[in-house]
Amino acid sequence: MSFLEFLHITKTYPGVKALSDVSFGVAKGAVHGLMGENGAGKSTLIKILSGDQHADSGEISIDGKVQVYASTRNAFDNGVIVIHQELQLVPELTVAENLSLGRFPASAGIIAGRRMLDDVGAKLKSAGIDIDISRKVKTLSIGERQMVEIAKAIMLDARVIALDEPTSSLSSRESEILFALIDRLRAEGKVIIYVSHRLDEVFRLCDSLTVLRDGKLAAHHTTLEGVTRDQVVAEMVGREISDIWGFRPRKSGDVRLKVEAVSGAKLKTPASFEARAGEIVGFFGLIGAGRSELTRLVFGADPRSGGTISVDGKVVHAADPQGAIRAGIVLCSEDRKHDGIIQGRSIEENINISSRRHHARFGVLNRASEIATAETFIKKLKVRTPSRKQDIINLSGGNQQKVILGRWLSEQGVRVLIVDEPTRGIDVGAKSEIYELLYQLAEDGMAIVVVSSELPEVMGICDRILVMCGGRIGAELTRDQFAEKAILAAALPDTKTPDAIAS
Amino acid sequence: MTDRLKKILLGEQGLVVIFIVAFALVSALVPNFLTDRNMLGLLQSVVTVGIVACTMMFCLAARDFDLSVGSIVAFAGMVAVMASNYTGSILLGLLAAIACGAFVGFINGVVIAKFRINALITTLATMQIVRGFALIASDGRAVGINSPDFYQLALSKLLGIPTPIWVLAVLFGIFGFVLNRTVFGKNTLAIGGNPEASRLAGVNVDWTRIWIFALQGVVCGIAGILLASRITSGQPNAAVGLELSVISACVLGGVSLAGGRATMSGVIVGVLIMGIAENAMNLLNIPAFYQYIVRGVILLLAVLLDNLRSSALGRR
Repeated sequence: MSFLEFLHITKTYPGVKALSDVSFGVAKGAVHGLMGENGAGKSTLIKILSGDQHADSGEISIDGKVQVYASTRNAFDNGVIVIHQELQLVPELTVAENLSLGRFPASAGIIAGRRMLDDVGAKLKSAGIDIDISRKVKTLSIGERQMVEIAKAIMLDARVIALDEPTSSLSSRESEILFALIDRLRAEGKVIIYVSHRLDEVFRLCDSLTVLRDGKLAAHHTTLEGVTRDQVVAEMVGREISDIWGFRPRKSGDVRLKVEAVSGAKLKTPASFEARAGEIVGFFGLIGAGRSELTRLVFGADPRSGGTISVDGKVVHAADPQGAIRAGIVLCSEDRKHDGIIQGRSIEENINISSRRHHARFGVLNRASEIATAETFIKKLKVRTPSRKQDIINLSGGNQQKVILGRWLSEQGVRVLIVDEPTRGIDVGAKSEIYELLYQLAEDGMAIVVVSSELPEVMGICDRILVMCGGRIGAELTRDQFAEKAILAAALPDTKTPDAIAS
Repeated sequence: MTDRLKKILLGEQGLVVIFIVAFALVSALVPNFLTDRNMLGLLQSVVTVGIVACTMMFCLAARDFDLSVGSIVAFAGMVAVMASNYTGSILLGLLAAIACGAFVGFINGVVIAKFRINALITTLATMQIVRGFALIASDGRAVGINSPDFYQLALSKLLGIPTPIWVLAVLFGIFGFVLNRTVFGKNTLAIGGNPEASRLAGVNVDWTRIWIFALQGVVCGIAGILLASRITSGQPNAAVGLELSVISACVLGGVSLAGGRATMSGVIVGVLIMGIAENAMNLLNIPAFYQYIVRGVILLLAVLLDNLRSSALGRR
């Protein structure tokens, strides 16, 4: 009998069977991977575990006891803690205060500050977490905040800790610290559920693995010995994907995008680069290297203080998104939730928001062509949705990304497509589809700029890589020069060695 | 049985269903409610709130807020009366009133969109400034209308229905169309859903917001003219507290204060529910003091219902 047991869990949302009859168990002191494509049911399962949602049928048992939760708080009290992608911390409070929230040591309502610091300090020390607990959370990096979230679980003596895509916004170094912490928690006999898209991490960390596909249990491995990556990928997508990049060489044409000495408030050093028709240019660098800042300047998302941008030899004078779109430059931002999707509005409206001006007359919409546009791109980009009227917030990350791509592809005369972290938080199957789309667009003569912090990705799909470091473009490599070591060396500030970050 | 009831009430048209049930109940229970005269009186009483609600809906849908509407209505009414008295031309008076309304709205919009001052604060300020102008212009007194033709705006009838009600109906139609069928309407909803994403999708967010406030000013001008005509004078203290009634009606009609969600049919129902409640209470001789409580309770219930509906739709 396993320590944590999922028994015949079934959950239906209107129109979708999110989980059907999922059963598996996890032993004590094990890190258990939970994988699957977007929409496979991972998040739903985690939500049921956390008491946020209720299963239609089936049950969860811990240590032989069936769990019934009325709320997440209830799950909390039973030692089940879920750490979501969006962290749940109060930025204005200190680490110690965040960790004591709801259980402040106090007498007559007055917080015993000294005691709080001592308690929290002692707990964290014994867990081996090294963070200054008197700092405000808003001053911490994302990686440190993640630590605080895990510290919260430790403070509560959690028996089961579920981590949902914990490394999606961490640097490699921060990830390593997280992995060390997870190893320690395993040694203490906790049950860890580790939800991730990243095969590397799952194979590095997990003892056992469950793969979900379309709400059903696709595979359960009690050990990862002898299990290959290709096998897991096949289990996730239900078919073999031999090469997820599927790179196809192309001929590039004339210079499409020419960026000369562009600078702005967040990018002091003027930067210049070119992208040719049919070329996929990659920007690689660490977080904060200035890649996103540069592309935002090119798109006019942030005002630029100098430099010129031209498309097909014509200078783009406007420095706002509207002007860029009219000149044929479009951008898919890295932060889909904040800068991409329009929450609360349908897929149809999210696709048409920009291109509708081409077929509206005197400001009045052309409904027929809007519906046709939406249907065309839903089909072409294989957006998985019951209807074009679906609120975009209900789609998985990969499908949201496809809708945003649809928004730009429905525009007329797009010549330069900039995609910032095109596959962040997106599963393997959807990734291949997006890469394939980029190749097709390049073949049709678009210049494509890809910004990514995943080295294998830029190496896998780009014709040329520009490496940024500390706000400037430090190196340029063509496909025949691609080498992991060289690219990392160019991305790292001088003081660090590439081995420290290569993982 | 209860499941089906729940489904109807929490569905897309739940509010309309509740409205019909409430209307039927009031008709059956309150004497003299369902008469031609009372119906017209009821509609007359919601003209001001209804007209202003048209554009307040856009404001709220774009995540903005406008507290200055009551003051603009009073000010525009004053301008209409004083300008037509002065020039002897009613048409000039009306144009002046609408222009003044548009100007105040435009200023609101520019301050909010271009100088990035919070809408609540900006319109709280203009609400007081404009009320001050209205009081200064007339030295705090009501200004009587010279030309009897001005009264005719409110008194005249077309097919037995007073002109202001026609104006209201036409504006409902126009703004319903603008919200659902024009780029402007869709951009408004998109801005409310996610302003930054809308900007990056090429929507001219600043100018859309400025236009919304300017339109709000125009519409307040129209409401001010009709109100002045009905009360046969320009009153600097008219329409005090109008902003709260209008926002209540919009929220009652399912407009989300978080932006991105609004329907014209919802707002119409919201306006009518408020009107019916007041009308029925008057017919039943319920003292005004109690009416405040009832109005507040209705608003709270509507918001609670909306909340239930949102979670039933599975929006997270």
